[in-house]
Amino acid sequence: MSEISAPTTSTLKIPQAPDKLQHPMTDFLRTERLPHIWCSTCGIGTVITAFIAGLQKSGLDRNKVSVVSGIGCSGRAAGYLRLDSFHSTHGRAVPFATGLALGNPELKVVVISGDGDIAAIGGNHFIHAARRNMNLTIICINNFNYAMTGGQAGPTTPEEANASTAPFGAYEFPFNLPYLAESSGAVYVARWTALHIRRTTKSIAEALLKPGFSFIEVVSPCPTLYARRNRLGSGLDLMRFYHNSAKIQHGADTRDIDIDYQKEIVVGKFIDKEKPDFYTNRDQFLSKKLGDKYIPYRGPNGH
Amino acid sequence: MNYWRVPLDINKIEIPHGDVQIDVEQCKGCEFCVEYCPRDVLELSTDFNRKGYHYPNVLKHNACVNCTLCEMICPEFAIFVVEGKPINPDVNDVLKKEAKV
Repeated sequence: MSEISAPTTSTLKIPQAPDKLQHPMTDFLRTERLPHIWCSTCGIGTVITAFIAGLQKSGLDRNKVSVVSGIGCSGRAAGYLRLDSFHSTHGRAVPFATGLALGNPELKVVVISGDGDIAAIGGNHFIHAARRNMNLTIICINNFNYAMTGGQAGPTTPEEANASTAPFGAYEFPFNLPYLAESSGAVYVARWTALHIRRTTKSIAEALLKPGFSFIEVVSPCPTLYARRNRLGSGLDLMRFYHNSAKIQHGADTRDIDIDYQKEIVVGKFIDKEKPDFYTNRDQFLSKKLGDKYIPYRGPNGH
Repeated sequence: MNYWRVPLDINKIEIPHGDVQIDVEQCKGCEFCVEYCPRDVLELSTDFNRKGYHYPNVLKHNACVNCTLCEMICPEFAIFVVEGKPINPDVNDVLKKEAKV
């Protein structure tokens, strides 16, 4: 009997090849779901790498970071991240994140979603979260169309760009997302492309540590729909295009940085200002009005 | 590197070095790493992986300086760099290059 011993907990560990080296970001990824669904030469995976690197750089406790995304290609981002991540309904990533942030002010809530999700279906939520200066970090991956549903024209499709619902080219004026964010009240606004990987990482780390509403737009190549319909080549050709035509201009006036079809893209950190965030503002105002009667809510764990 | 003379601290200089690791089956052949490697360490292989994509191969192992740009730009989490032992530049190598100039 003594030869058979009960299995110890150590034998229940998932077996792993001892000498196989692992990607340094494996810890933050749900590797069982990889490879992801994004097309070859799509830039979303690169932005996710930048997000993980930015999170590591910011030094935030990963147990206090939550990622919310909506619907669309970039809406899959939350599903691949091994954090407290949520995949919400279309356009409702921002209100979901707002609720999460209000329910637990200790959390740093990040929204990673696409231009269609944030600027079109969730546009109203987006401007109101910015108006309140809610403590959220928004990473908007802009690929200029609704890529998951077949390349329909969206609110960021540049004029003249072809889309499946604009066969002769889009004729509507597109949104200038940094201007929209700034005018709605965001305290940190930046725009990069999927090629500016180090700068995106730095920007994400800064935005994560910034109290209040921070917004980062990342222009990303869409090879299967936007590039194919407009005959722009592969995502690699779009990366070369960003390399040649992105112009870094920190502190540029956001009114002047519209993205025209295949023209210069102004990138950089445009806004980084100080303004009381939602919690500070609420607590100050209510303690002024109510005095000692007001007990600020500090989340489920603390007072 | 091109020197116009042998640097005085040539014995103290250490060039960082990295070992590029490629997960061939994760790769979707986007070529970002091959295109943007600042030291041209990688080349696209002529072979296919299981999904039918051409994956990168390490062409110049010694040229890698552990900048991790390939790791950062890869959308598939398929390539990463492990820090290796730094390389001391060879004085003879530097002189040879100097003679050429």
